[in-house]
Amino acid sequence: MSDRLDVRRTAKLYLGGKFPRSESGRTYEVEAADGRFLANAALASRKDVRDAVGAARKAQPGWAGATAYNRGQVLYRVAEMLEGRRVQFAHELVDAEGCKPKEAAAQVDAAIDRWVWYAGWSDKFHQVDGGLNPVAGPYFNLSVPEPTGVVGAIAPQGSSLLGLVAVLAPIIVSGNTVVVVTSRERPLPAVSLGEVLATSDVPGGVVNILTGDAEELAPILAGHLDVNALDLTGCAGTDTTELEVLAAENVKRVVRPPAEEPSFEPVPAGPRRILAFCETKTVWHPKGT
Amino acid sequence: MSLVLPADAGDLAEVTASETSLKRFLHGLPGVDQVGLEKRAATLATRSIKKDSKRWALDLAIRMVDLTTLEGADTPGKVRSLCAKARRPDPRDPDVPSVAAVCVYPDLVATAVEALQGTGIHVASVATAFPSGRSSLDIKLTDTRDAVAAGADEIDMVIDRGAFLSGRYGQVLEEIVAVKEACGDAHLKVILETGELATYDNVRRASWLALAGGGDFIKTSTGKVSPASTLPTTLVMLEAVRDFAAITGDIRGVKSAGGIRTAKDAIRYLVLVHEIAGADWLHPDRYRFGASSLLNDLLMQWHKQATGHYWTADRVTMD
Repeated sequence: MSDRLDVRRTAKLYLGGKFPRSESGRTYEVEAADGRFLANAALASRKDVRDAVGAARKAQPGWAGATAYNRGQVLYRVAEMLEGRRVQFAHELVDAEGCKPKEAAAQVDAAIDRWVWYAGWSDKFHQVDGGLNPVAGPYFNLSVPEPTGVVGAIAPQGSSLLGLVAVLAPIIVSGNTVVVVTSRERPLPAVSLGEVLATSDVPGGVVNILTGDAEELAPILAGHLDVNALDLTGCAGTDTTELEVLAAENVKRVVRPPAEEPSFEPVPAGPRRILAFCETKTVWHPKGT
Repeated sequence: MSLVLPADAGDLAEVTASETSLKRFLHGLPGVDQVGLEKRAATLATRSIKKDSKRWALDLAIRMVDLTTLEGADTPGKVRSLCAKARRPDPRDPDVPSVAAVCVYPDLVATAVEALQGTGIHVASVATAFPSGRSSLDIKLTDTRDAVAAGADEIDMVIDRGAFLSGRYGQVLEEIVAVKEACGDAHLKVILETGELATYDNVRRASWLALAGGGDFIKTSTGKVSPASTLPTTLVMLEAVRDFAAITGDIRGVKSAGGIRTAKDAIRYLVLVHEIAGADWLHPDRYRFGASSLLNDLLMQWHKQATGHYWTADRVTMD
């Protein structure tokens, strides 16, 4: 038994590149899968959503304006940073999800690989979705996918790291910025991911992580007119009609939740998730002599 | 309510009779406690405004805006679109009130007057060698008369800070009196440019000087100098206007201009107006915001209160 004092952790939000407490001052107790007390996490409020969307909006033009190559490098850098903290994350997953250490390590590896996988897509999905359109006239006609803007996302409630990465990476790789609400019961890996993002060249405000209750925060994100798309993956198995009605007010892109939370382990078949948060821009350019 | 001015301040006409008496009066004004002042302004800024009051305040703030464009690149087209925005800040929602005035350079007054005919929205024009105020009195008066002749019913003049800071108060006062006369029926707002006055004591002196000279409003800044309007300087000016009213019975107004960009800031100023000058001053005839981008944020917050959803800059016009 060491006579050192405990260095206890305060799990805070990740908002605009900083780590503030909730504006409301609220916290809630986070327990391990076996019921042990782990930490007090910030319980994000309506005004935290407002501030996060503001930060995301501010960061969006700069992030979208970076070259695709550069965004790919930044995502790869996230993988690098995660690689150095594999042990920590595996440990947190054992606590949060109650899985065996071996499974936890596999999840962390899969999460790192998913960052690398999406980093590779950064300058390639345009060719898959866009290109030259054949038109009946003397024009070059080009279509390119462009980021839609600010995305509100509800992270999976079960898979607290791999699921979160599987939701986050495809949103930001194209140049969107995101406000993500974490799993309510398992927020700590997300808080740690925020610490990784803060040290890996991802500009402040590109990813904003709110720990708390999706049921409370999702309607605010859905109704927020400065949010351009909504990823409801984390609402698996619940009725999201109300959220979709709110989202219709400014015609948000909505990714509807699956019937139940899928396994995020299989690598996706293609860049479908990236394109779900893109708009197609088509340009007509006259040609000829 | 405690007056800053001693009760035996005497007759202001007597005070302004000679350069010496003017100097004695202005330097006899009680000094401003800088720490206390800034603390007070900061404390009032933390006041929480609840739902109904907030809606009321946002509505009022919109009605208090002097929608301003003072750029070298201004064109008649830009002024016309600004006027359209002044009449109907949100074209889709007739419940949003019009602003108080449009503020432009003298050569664009005629354009603004034409665009605002019959709306009751005032046309304000800056004059007197804005923004520096460094010109001869003749030119300043001609500048003023030009703007009034073109149809401006409010004139925003700048004081000669060079003269003020070197202690030539009589000259500053004479200029204000002369410009007020040149204004005729038009209202006169006297810009103190507090960012160049260096101390709160000077702000207090300049406020009294402008009020004694006949300014209908005292205005913080041109918007061309940083720092522009701040809560503490506005507080000092509101005190001057309040005391002036208590002594002379004459009601004057205050205009905060420059650097006020968010609805939150605007509401903080309104709290100040209410706490320092009193509820009587919560009226566009007595308090104004000189601003351009503020209006968009006011509109966004106005809609937030009306609909319950956070609004987006995509739904307000770009300037």
